[in-house]
Amino acid sequence: MTRRPVSPAADARVPVVLLVPALLGLALLLLPMAALVVRAPWGRLPEIVGSPEVLSAVRLSLTTATITTALCVVCGVPLAWLLARTNVPGRPLLRALITVPLVLPPVIGGVALLVAFGRRGLVGEWLYEAFGLSLPFTTAAVVMAQSFVALPFLVVAVEGALRTADRRYEDVAATLGASEWTTFRRVTLPAVAPGVLAGAVLCWARALGEFGATVTFAGSFPGTTRTLPPAAYAAINAGQVEVAIVLSLLMMAVSVTVLVALRDRWVNTR
Amino acid sequence: MSLAARLALTRGDVSLDLSLGVGTGEVVVLLGPNGAGKSTVLSTLAGLLRPDAGRVVLDDVVLVDTSAQVHVPARQRQVGLVVQDYLLFPHLSAVENVAFGLRSRGSPRGPARATAAHWLQRMGLAGLEERRPHELSGGQAQRVALARALAVDPRMLLLDEPLAALDAGTRPAVRADLRRHLRSYRGCTVLVTHDPLEAMVLGDRIVVLEQGRVVQDGPPAELARHPRTGYVARLVGLNLLRGDAHGRIVTLGPQAAVAVAHDASGPVHVAFAPAAVTLSLDQPHGSARNAWSGRVSDVEQHGDLVRITVDGPVPLLADVTPLAVADLALGPGVEVWAAVKATEVSVYPA
Amino acid sequence: MAVDGTVTVLAAASLTEAFEQLGERLADDYPGLKVVFSFGPSSGLVEQVLAGAPADILATADTRTMDRAVDGGAVSGEPTIFARNRLALIVPAGNPGGVTGLADLAREDLRIAVCAAEVPCGAAAKRLLDTAGVTASPDTLATDVKEAVSLVALGEADASLVYLTDAAAAGENIESIDVAESEQVVNDYPVAVLAGAPNPEGAQLVRDAITGEPGQQILGEAGFLAGR
Repeated sequence: MTRRPVSPAADARVPVVLLVPALLGLALLLLPMAALVVRAPWGRLPEIVGSPEVLSAVRLSLTTATITTALCVVCGVPLAWLLARTNVPGRPLLRALITVPLVLPPVIGGVALLVAFGRRGLVGEWLYEAFGLSLPFTTAAVVMAQSFVALPFLVVAVEGALRTADRRYEDVAATLGASEWTTFRRVTLPAVAPGVLAGAVLCWARALGEFGATVTFAGSFPGTTRTLPPAAYAAINAGQVEVAIVLSLLMMAVSVTVLVALRDRWVNTR
Repeated sequence: MSLAARLALTRGDVSLDLSLGVGTGEVVVLLGPNGAGKSTVLSTLAGLLRPDAGRVVLDDVVLVDTSAQVHVPARQRQVGLVVQDYLLFPHLSAVENVAFGLRSRGSPRGPARATAAHWLQRMGLAGLEERRPHELSGGQAQRVALARALAVDPRMLLLDEPLAALDAGTRPAVRADLRRHLRSYRGCTVLVTHDPLEAMVLGDRIVVLEQGRVVQDGPPAELARHPRTGYVARLVGLNLLRGDAHGRIVTLGPQAAVAVAHDASGPVHVAFAPAAVTLSLDQPHGSARNAWSGRVSDVEQHGDLVRITVDGPVPLLADVTPLAVADLALGPGVEVWAAVKATEVSVYPA
Repeated sequence: MAVDGTVTVLAAASLTEAFEQLGERLADDYPGLKVVFSFGPSSGLVEQVLAGAPADILATADTRTMDRAVDGGAVSGEPTIFARNRLALIVPAGNPGGVTGLADLAREDLRIAVCAAEVPCGAAAKRLLDTAGVTASPDTLATDVKEAVSLVALGEADASLVYLTDAAAAGENIESIDVAESEQVVNDYPVAVLAGAPNPEGAQLVRDAITGEPGQQILGEAGFLAGR
């Protein structure tokens, strides 16, 4: 006769002391979302979702968030490696600076981007004069604004993964004759892949929801720079509350779908 | 292919200072208690650690020379390393693991895989090429790790406790296999272990390391017969004492002397097996020339026999049958006499 | 009659400088009174009021936005027009885009900022452009008029249509270009006491100060036209 092991967790009773605050927190998070769902103009949903403004905002949001994430992975992984694995001087300071966008109000971030990359900006002026390149009001500016706020998420996640990875695998790879690049590519990177993916997912979500920096640096124009958040803001200002609700629902639906799908399949490997 | 190494290194609790030489095709076992610094020696030979001072020459190639600021990085040393938990790359299959070194050195995928598959076959692992490390048993993983190290044809093979992760049941078979592979490997091998049986079976020569220093260096047989420290003696299961020899008498202390069968002079070790000791409650009057009084301090099961620890002017271990223990009512505190025949005592210069 | 307490005023962004000055004058005249301002796009402010924001006074930049507040039952009594405003075509100091008139707002090679259509400034701009027969090609739709002014002042936009009063307040970072048609497009600025005002007495006082003195003098100096 085989006895099935009883999981101790299943048997544990949840202490009330923990349950109450947990439920309160959950309520704070879920009630607004539930309210959006309840007040949504379900009858007009297809018409609103199909409208050109909404479709363009959705397309723009998905495109820019994805490009931003790709950019952040390409730049963020090496940066995380620099912080976690090298002896570059001033790393604590660097690490602190990299996390500044996390606490900076996004609008301030947008102002900073403008001052740096605007047509009269520190770097932007040179770009404009040398190449005729003007960044504000372009879709590229949207990607830059999103990257500014989302990159720290990726760097922090990957740096954490690199720190906890077992360095001895890399030692073994060295004895087998692998170059630094080969070791990074075939040993380190696969080992931190879950961390990179988790960071990328966070990065994507943050980029999707970015508003303040986008609006300040890239402006807001349908089709070019009006992603879902600025579109919702414009809708509210125009008194089109229903459109704003639909846009919010769309953002919620997209985020939840992506986060649930990715977390299960890719992030929890082995 | 031979190795000549001189190393001095202090790192945390470990303080190393030793010379090590390995001949072509020789298997040298570094034996010692935990904390002796054995793994540190391997890491230094592999190029993963820098010694504070020293010189390592492998096949006439200077790998390390601290006085000349020479330190060849690990990836250029052509040294194979097998560690206690194998560290097979988890996301690669067995054959990809074995092929890793070859591909890292520029070999194209096809030939590298073929060579790797061939090595797996030699290890008796044909059919397991596509298995991931977590799908392999301990013994299989150990052989894949060995194949991975050997596939790049290293000049020197370093093994760190290669059998420690295996359970007692699989160990003998894997040990025998390992011995075969080490015999057929033509480079020099340094193997680290704390298990004396493993050292005896696998090693051509055993270097005993205690607290970062070499205390004995010789073939297994020599160690077994003539241990030079208490640690080694315990490992090989002998009683070991030090004294001054004058002819056939060795003085151990004010009230203790041992009669031996051969002439000797000067400082010596005397060694005899616990099984050669007989215990009695009264002073013996038999032919044994050696009889000492003492007091039982410990009684412990030891296989089929019982190992008695006797304290006194001549402290020793005696192996007796359980029947004898019962007959003599041996227990802690009991006064006994221990006797050993002079012919059972081995004496050699200290 | 001593009036004290706090009075919260929600006002269109274009009223920023004038109302802040008014607030200082009121603080001098009525030491116990504290006037708190919140400036922003009129349409956004109306949304806040409709959602129940605890404010005493609402002042918008056109009647269209105020009407929504009235229709929503948020206003007590009738709104009063207290000022009027015209538009101005502004460019960064030095006029890097070489702008001469409204027609230049249609140029693709220039960076044009225009207020979003649902904001009074944007609605007025549209009326002006329609009157002049120009189709603008904006690169960004500013949330409120102050944002449009900032973009021009920073040199990020080559031209924008903002209120006359904002052009005056922006100082030397911008230049104004005369536009003949601007006489024809005028925004009426209404002010009203809100239905749920926490401080109705204080609200009355401030409202009267806006529609009478010292408000009218301050507004006039800022460039606003009289309400009547």
